Amino acid sequence: MSGLLSPGTKVRVRDDWPETRGPCHIRTPHYLRGAEGVVEKHLGAFPNPEDLAFARPASRLNLYHVRFVPQAIWPDAGGEALVVELYETWLEAA
Amino acid sequence: MSEVLETPSDRLLAAVRQLLTDKGVVSREEISERIQATDAATPAQGARMVAKAWVDPAFRARMLADGAKAAEELGIPMRGMPPLGVLEDTAEEHNLVVCTLCSCYPRAVLGYPPFWFKSAAYRARAVRDPRGLLREFGTELPQAVKLRVVDSTADYRWMVLPLRPAGTEGWSEEQLAAVVREGDMIGVTFPKVS
Repeated sequence: MSGLLSPGTKVRVRDDWPETRGPCHIRTPHYLRGAEGVVEKHLGAFPNPEDLAFARPASRLNLYHVRFVPQAIWPDAGGEALVVELYETWLEAA
Repeated sequence: MSEVLETPSDRLLAAVRQLLTDKGVVSREEISERIQATDAATPAQGARMVAKAWVDPAFRARMLADGAKAAEELGIPMRGMPPLGVLEDTAEEHNLVVCTLCSCYPRAVLGYPPFWFKSAAYRARAVRDPRGLLREFGTELPQAVKLRVVDSTADYRWMVLPLRPAGTEGWSEEQLAAVVREGDMIGVTFPKVS
């Protein structure tokens, strides 16, 4: 998703698995692929680590703290909230 | 006459340092400066920030807004370090930090991570069974307190600003800093007054 997302926006993490297609460097944990969460905070914009890792020119991406309900990921999970840093390119509208 | 034992990694390090300085990427002085800053980084630095935040509400607000700037105010070198985010514990909510992908850690203010922080067991359980994990650290989190787990996956490094323990009224910053441990700023334990 592009454009600045405001706190409270519902998002879904792309259910994408680039690691099945070749070498890559991804900062989005496996357990979140396809999960739905809520934007908590915009953390700034940073060069895309997926390009930085391969010394390619990296565009700056918005980075967000996104909050998830742990039990929606693992039914037996403990804890009330799981908050993860995610880049805008991994988020889609939910 | 003693012979210095040189490992392949020593030779690699020496070669990389030589190249970096030959090519003018960094100077020898900058490398020494960074080594000194890395060696000086210990949990005592983070503890100083926590103690100041407990006694100085204006500093606390600045620290929550920008951890790196607040660290620099206390003379902690942050140049070239990732942004530092500070997670505020309240009576209603407790924060726990993990890096499930690797071992992202706020080294500038906490030093080297404890060995367990990088273990697969800690990284897996912190997100799925955090209350069980806390119990193993001897931390009984009341059911009424919400547990917020922060998975440090990208550009930020995170530290917890714990609650000031009871029984520390009137204490100096130095006394307060002395009760703040590494685990308290990761969120696996709470500062305790013995």
